[in-house]
Amino acid sequence: MFLADYIKSVYNGVTSLLKGMRMTGYYFVHPKEIITQQYPEVKQVLPERFRGEVVMTHNENNEHRCTGCTACELACPNATIKVVTRFDITPDGKKKKALETFVYHLELCTLCNLCIAACPTDAIRMAQTFEHSVYDRKLLTKRLDKPGSKLMEGVE
Amino acid sequence: MLSLENLTHTIDQALNRSFGPTTVLLVEMAMLSLFAIALFAVLGLVLVFMERKVSAYMQIRLGPNRVGYKGLAQTAADTLKLVIKEGLTPDSADKFLFNLAPFVVMIVAMLLLAPIAFAKGCQMWDMNIGVLYITAVSSVSVIGILMAGWASNNKYSLIGAMRSGAQIVSYELSAGLSIISMIVLTGSLQLSTIITSQQDGWWIFKGHIPAVISFVIFMIAVTAETNRAPFDMAEAESELTAGFHTEYSGMRFAFFFLAEYVNIFVVCAIAATIYFGGWMPFHIGHWEAFNHIMDFIPSVVWFTGKTFALIFLIMWFRWTFPRLRVDQLLNLEWKYLLPIGMFNLLLTTAIAILGWYF
Ligand code: SF4
Ligand code: SF4
Repeated sequence: MFLADYIKSVYNGVTSLLKGMRMTGYYFVHPKEIITQQYPEVKQVLPERFRGEVVMTHNENNEHRCTGCTACELACPNATIKVVTRFDITPDGKKKKALETFVYHLELCTLCNLCIAACPTDAIRMAQTFEHSVYDRKLLTKRLDKPGSKLMEGVE
Repeated sequence: MLSLENLTHTIDQALNRSFGPTTVLLVEMAMLSLFAIALFAVLGLVLVFMERKVSAYMQIRLGPNRVGYKGLAQTAADTLKLVIKEGLTPDSADKFLFNLAPFVVMIVAMLLLAPIAFAKGCQMWDMNIGVLYITAVSSVSVIGILMAGWASNNKYSLIGAMRSGAQIVSYELSAGLSIISMIVLTGSLQLSTIITSQQDGWWIFKGHIPAVISFVIFMIAVTAETNRAPFDMAEAESELTAGFHTEYSGMRFAFFFLAEYVNIFVVCAIAATIYFGGWMPFHIGHWEAFNHIMDFIPSVVWFTGKTFALIFLIMWFRWTFPRLRVDQLLNLEWKYLLPIGMFNLLLTTAIAILGWYF
């Protein structure tokens, strides 16, 4: 009885090890299975919903859709966004809030998407860029609205 | 036909014509030591690269492929880096032993090259106790490892060295037993005799079942003796950072590394010699025509081919099998390999007496 168990344990051990060797042997002779991506030369197509950084959309006339409502700033959990606003005087004499600068600290951003969900006018979105490494941390503080841009017509 | 045997003979005769016997001996020894060092360097570079590529392909990766053509210069670049690196000696280490240990391990690995027959008539020292010499000398390397572990004055190193000692001492038994069971068949400890006895077929075929069992045990035991995964208790990166060579850096670390790879080469060369006929081409019994065709492939190709096939097997083990715990490791040796090895020795002896081999 003891001997039978002993031989069985040896047999089971050897067969399971051989099974493992068959697997690795299969991989060894099938280089097609390799999943390594040769990053800088071959870049992967990222999924559509990949979040790289927050950007502001501008159209060809250098117009953006941000009204300066600061909803995104309030929604952000870690104070990544700083919306600086000014008051424009409309032709009929009323004061109206407008965007002065939109400051974005990439180094603080967790890419949680809350700001984008909060924006009532779809002014900002996520971009797919991900190569953000720089030698100076200051370079990660970005101004998202392009210089000289203005509010798109009809966005309230 | 151009062969290494003719080459060595020509050099020997040329030297003998112009110098006295003592000078010839000295010159030849110098040439051999140069050869051994060169072989060391080449083996280190080739085997490390091979290991990295093999492991990569088995793990569905690419492995080094940037330095040089298809990454071939990677190991050379790594060596350069190790040479430039500072060799640190810890403050509280036993300086003398600490610096001596890598050389002990290296010298043992070099000594093991002496009786190996690299090709027909291409052997440094064909002594009549070749196999005994190899088993005896290879166990000296444990002293180097213990030295390194003790002198480092580091708990990780010490534990690693102790484990390595326990492991090498116990697995040497199985390796020895499986070699002995083949010696029963060959009837000689001299490597050249062992090789010529395989003229009509390699022992793994001639000795059938017991030879195969003894080969399997031998491969498992030498994998453990060279401290390689799945038996890498001595290094055990996950528990002991790097085991006995935790405190070593730069070139002294490289010596340990190199010695490990040369040891792998040596044990595979021995396995190739005992079970697969060393440089002996693939011969089947007395089929003269077939044997003659096989003889056209140079013996050095046969030897390196067999050795590297076995090295590949050991690498295959390493990148497939799960690692063993210390108790499992000793269980495997004392409860499985050793009894099976003893039984196999008995079987081989019976077969040798009854003449039931080819
Ligand atoms: S993605 Fe999240 S963390 Fe980044 S700016 Fe938007 S709300 Fe803030
Ligand atoms: S980006 Fe959207 S949410 Fe943020 S200030 Fe502009 S309009 Fe408001």
